Amino acid sequence: MYTTEIIGAWFAVFLTLAIFSFLYKDNPFYKAAEHLFVGVSAGYWASTFFWTQIQPNLFGRLWPKLTEEPSGIKAAWYGIYDFFGWFHEGIFPGGGIDKGHELNLFYLIPFLLGIFMLLRLSRKLGWLARWSMAYVVGLAAGLRLYGFLNSNILAQVRGSALSLFDGWGTAINSIIIIVGTLTGLFYFFFSKEHTGVFGKISRVGIWFLMVSFGAAFGFAVMGRISLLIGRFYDLIQFSGSQYYHATYWLLALIVIILGFQAFRERGRSTEEA
Amino acid sequence: MKSGKKVLMYAGIFAVLFIIYYAFGHPFFNGNRLTMFVCVMALSVTILYYIARANGGAKIYLRTIPGLKAFDEAVGRATEMGKSVLYVPGIMDMDQVETVAGVIILGHVAKMTASYETNLNVPVSRSIVMEASREIVKESYMSVGRPDLFNDDMVHYLTDEQFAYAAGVDGIMLREKPAACFYQGKFYAESLILAETGNSIGAIQIAGTASPSQIPFFVTACDYTLIGEEFLTASAYLSQKPALLGSVKGQDMGKFIVMIAIVLIFILNGFHDLGWIDIDFQELLRVQ
Repeated sequence: MYTTEIIGAWFAVFLTLAIFSFLYKDNPFYKAAEHLFVGVSAGYWASTFFWTQIQPNLFGRLWPKLTEEPSGIKAAWYGIYDFFGWFHEGIFPGGGIDKGHELNLFYLIPFLLGIFMLLRLSRKLGWLARWSMAYVVGLAAGLRLYGFLNSNILAQVRGSALSLFDGWGTAINSIIIIVGTLTGLFYFFFSKEHTGVFGKISRVGIWFLMVSFGAAFGFAVMGRISLLIGRFYDLIQFSGSQYYHATYWLLALIVIILGFQAFRERGRSTEEA
Repeated sequence: MKSGKKVLMYAGIFAVLFIIYYAFGHPFFNGNRLTMFVCVMALSVTILYYIARANGGAKIYLRTIPGLKAFDEAVGRATEMGKSVLYVPGIMDMDQVETVAGVIILGHVAKMTASYETNLNVPVSRSIVMEASREIVKESYMSVGRPDLFNDDMVHYLTDEQFAYAAGVDGIMLREKPAACFYQGKFYAESLILAETGNSIGAIQIAGTASPSQIPFFVTACDYTLIGEEFLTASAYLSQKPALLGSVKGQDMGKFIVMIAIVLIFILNGFHDLGWIDIDFQELLRVQ
């Protein structure tokens, strides 16, 4: 067993138990784990985004690897690249970025929009960031319209082509699905008051919705239990002698410190009283 | 001519021109997507018609949604208790409809907190959402004449990582003990973690999401939950702007058309099964 693996196991156990200690109450162990988790993940995501998106997909398309010596405007374009490379050769390696892309100057648009976002730091030019946001929101709205119409409307209508003549079971199932769908849709009518017959139908819709929520809840809880089993599996594994009983030692340490803290707090509150 | 009728007239002219264009071989038009094109146009015209009518002064009724009525109550409670309001706009980026809706609702909540001089705390998990939220909160504070109460730190970034974000928000809840928690946006597995912690500190909680798998958790742990479209109509309800109310009415009409289509397809498919008609509806509605 390598030392690094053992240290890693101790860290994993400590952080798992520190997060679990939240079940008792907010405490220094939870705070430490939370801040470490938030800080490390923020840094990790920033780095991951840069090296998996910006560098290969944006810079890699603006300055792909050269196959021959550039001339004219292209040479000037790669002159800018060489200037960037002077700052950081890891991001801008000599001769272009080899990620299998062709030169595509359309990518100057996202490049510019990205720079606009950064201009938020400037008081005078901060308003340019709104262009980038407007682009993202507008583009998403247009793209989603197609997707939602296809999956939420057409697929739903298509799915209602259910069979009624494949036996009693199928017929009853089909009728339940159709009644559930229609009454559920009744509930989501907002421009009509839910009273009288309309109100009664929409109430049936709520029952259908609640039954489906209950089923979804049970399903998700089962998934969470399997995640919990995964954590316990690790804790049990790390309690073995090859990890120097990490789980037992750290559990004892956390319980003793939290117990001591609770004892002190109790004493202090008694004194104040 | 009334603006609603104008929309119908233009739509009619467009339909006639399109039919002529289609009859003459429709170059540059992907015939496989005709069903989708008709659906997009029909829905758009319906919504535009009702928006035009609402803008023209027609009264549009919007039924009461208890969760939305509770917004004012929640912020008022926080004010009375001298505590802050926590607003979580989901964990996804601005390319999600729910996040956009969540940020718009944030604007309304910010107006309330500005009017009541209550602290507002908005932790976010995406940089673009942070920028959009800051803009909208700032605008809300300015619109009610309290720019002095606004500061950039009201909207702050935590992390992009889902569970790290949940841990961070939980920490904020336990230390600041906000009196009202709003969860409005796109959520995944962190929904129950957030709502349970909010419940444990005794905050009044109002959730809103269109993520079907997360609604049960919010229903279980929150005081009020805006489910699905209730959440998406919230901005119309809170602002009472004619254009938004008109679009809600238009969407209702869209739903009504879909319901008729569902019943028709169900019956006609039965006829198809019996061999009375020879149309395959599964194929007819399939979009490539």
